[in-house]
Amino acid sequence: MISADNLQLTFGKGTPLENPALRGLSLKVDPGEFVTVIGSNGAGKSTLLNALSGEVMVDSGQIIVDDKDVTKLPTHRRADRVARVFQDPLAGTCEDLTIEENMSLAIKRGMRRGLGSGVKNRYRKRFRDALAELNLGLENRLGDRMGLLSGGQRQAVSLLMASLNPSSILLLDEHTAALDPRTARFVLNLTCNIVERHRKTALMVTHSMKQALDVGSRTVMLHQGQVVFDISGEEREGLEVPDLLSLFEKQRGLEVTDDSLLLG
Amino acid sequence: MLSEIALYGAFETGLIYGIVAFGVYLSFRVLHFPDLTVDGSFPLGAAVAAVMIIDGFNPWLATGMALVAGMGAGAVTALLNVRLHILNLLASILTMIALYSVNLRIMGRPNIALLSEETVLTPWYELDLAFHQVPVALFLLVSLVGLVMLWRFMQSETGLAMRATGANPRMARSQGIATGWMIVLGIALSNGLVALAGALFAQSQGAADVTMGVGVIVIGLASLIGGEAVLTPRNVFRALLACLVGAILYRLAIALALNADFVGLKTQDLNLITAVLVTLAIVLPNARHSVKSFFSRS
Ligand SMILES: Nc1ncnc2c1ncn2[C@@H]1O[C@H](COP(=O)(O)OP(=O)(O)OP(=O)(O)O)[C@@H](O)[C@H]1O
Ligand SMILES: [Mg+2]
Repeated sequence: MISADNLQLTFGKGTPLENPALRGLSLKVDPGEFVTVIGSNGAGKSTLLNALSGEVMVDSGQIIVDDKDVTKLPTHRRADRVARVFQDPLAGTCEDLTIEENMSLAIKRGMRRGLGSGVKNRYRKRFRDALAELNLGLENRLGDRMGLLSGGQRQAVSLLMASLNPSSILLLDEHTAALDPRTARFVLNLTCNIVERHRKTALMVTHSMKQALDVGSRTVMLHQGQVVFDISGEEREGLEVPDLLSLFEKQRGLEVTDDSLLLG
Repeated sequence: MLSEIALYGAFETGLIYGIVAFGVYLSFRVLHFPDLTVDGSFPLGAAVAAVMIIDGFNPWLATGMALVAGMGAGAVTALLNVRLHILNLLASILTMIALYSVNLRIMGRPNIALLSEETVLTPWYELDLAFHQVPVALFLLVSLVGLVMLWRFMQSETGLAMRATGANPRMARSQGIATGWMIVLGIALSNGLVALAGALFAQSQGAADVTMGVGVIVIGLASLIGGEAVLTPRNVFRALLACLVGAILYRLAIALALNADFVGLKTQDLNLITAVLVTLAIVLPNARHSVKSFFSRS
């Protein structure tokens, strides 16, 4: 469960470059809901995900994940509830560590780490099984350096890593954007499987309107740091890309006329 | 060629600088934290050990305390960076400069002779070994124990977390790793090792001197880079082994250069030569590109 209430965040406060990225954004996501997030460049999508994960701190507002107020907690102290996959396929893993070392880091996400062996034998079977499902042949390459894998393979492993231990929410920021179309489709399918199987509460940012409608159970559009529309259920079922586009345009158009009215 | 004594001498100091190189590997390679505290923590270790030894403490206890003191110095550098957000390089320079005063305070004078004192080496002279072989045997043991312990540590949960912190801090945080504390722990450990090396160095040379730290960081780097060039470390074990091998090769090369009269080198030229060697290792096209990209970044 995610509850973001009236989030305000301004970058460069008090400088000439002051830039309000979140302007009173509120969003409630129920457990198990898979929400796709769209919006134009600079709308605040990444900022919202960064605020939820703790990479940036909001100026005001409240963030609750699973009945726990995490507003003031740094990233590493939210990691037990929040799993993340980044847009950059290289960002979610360490290239100098082996596949099994990377996965061992993830299996301990949000838990205490001691002096016991990092990669345990009992993990290896789990890793191998999980990797085998990808059909990429990675199950036989546990000891290979992550840097030897392609971007798509690394992104697939990042996704597996996000699902290795129970986190309540999964944040995906355009995680297929840097992949070729075929790999992107593969990673997207994998995403859907994982979200479904582990019943994750997921937030997925995408620039593809089609993806936004095809995947998940609800679509939210951000504009200028606020939620400008939020559709789910039947209303969303009948929606096609052109409808979404026109909604998109309408929202932006409204803003423009609003502004011109104000200026006029 | 080298005399037998000079050869053992090169191994003796090489092994000590190998321990320094372990520390430099931790900071520069694992954590990507360019740490110059080393130049202060090496004599710090020597100072603590020397003062405790002349006060009659057990030399191993003195050496252990030197390690602890070094860890403290490293922790200060890391905290200046992590808590007060001072640039890592600058933070380490500040600690290094401060340590110069601290070391003088600890010793009470610029140098302390240990020639007639009981050191960690003393009991080893009872063994059936030639005089100049004793330090080599002991330091080989210490450095190998250090290597195995560090290697095991790097494979542990915390060790993995530390490596992730250096390699990809954002990923590390998102996996729940407190990267700030990992840096404190790693830099403390690094300087603890360097201070340990300083303590052993003072005992093998028979004196501690406040100026003995000058250029130690460059020697550590030279050993690290040289070892990497020879062993191409693909994993942590080889990387640590490379530190030892690099340091020994470095000392051998220096001993040879000093030995060859026609070259006309003197001991005081060492720092210049080392700096030139490190520079060459960094700019030579076959130098490891990671090294290159790291040092040429502004
Ligand atoms: N670290 C930062 N410092 C200053 N400004 C920032 C920072 N991060 C984001 N911004 C600004 O905040 C606003 C929202 O950015 P954000 O990255 O959230 O947009 P986005 O919706 O993810 O866009 P895109 O589709 O391009 O990824 C932008 O105006 C951006 O320039
Ligand atoms: Mg973005």
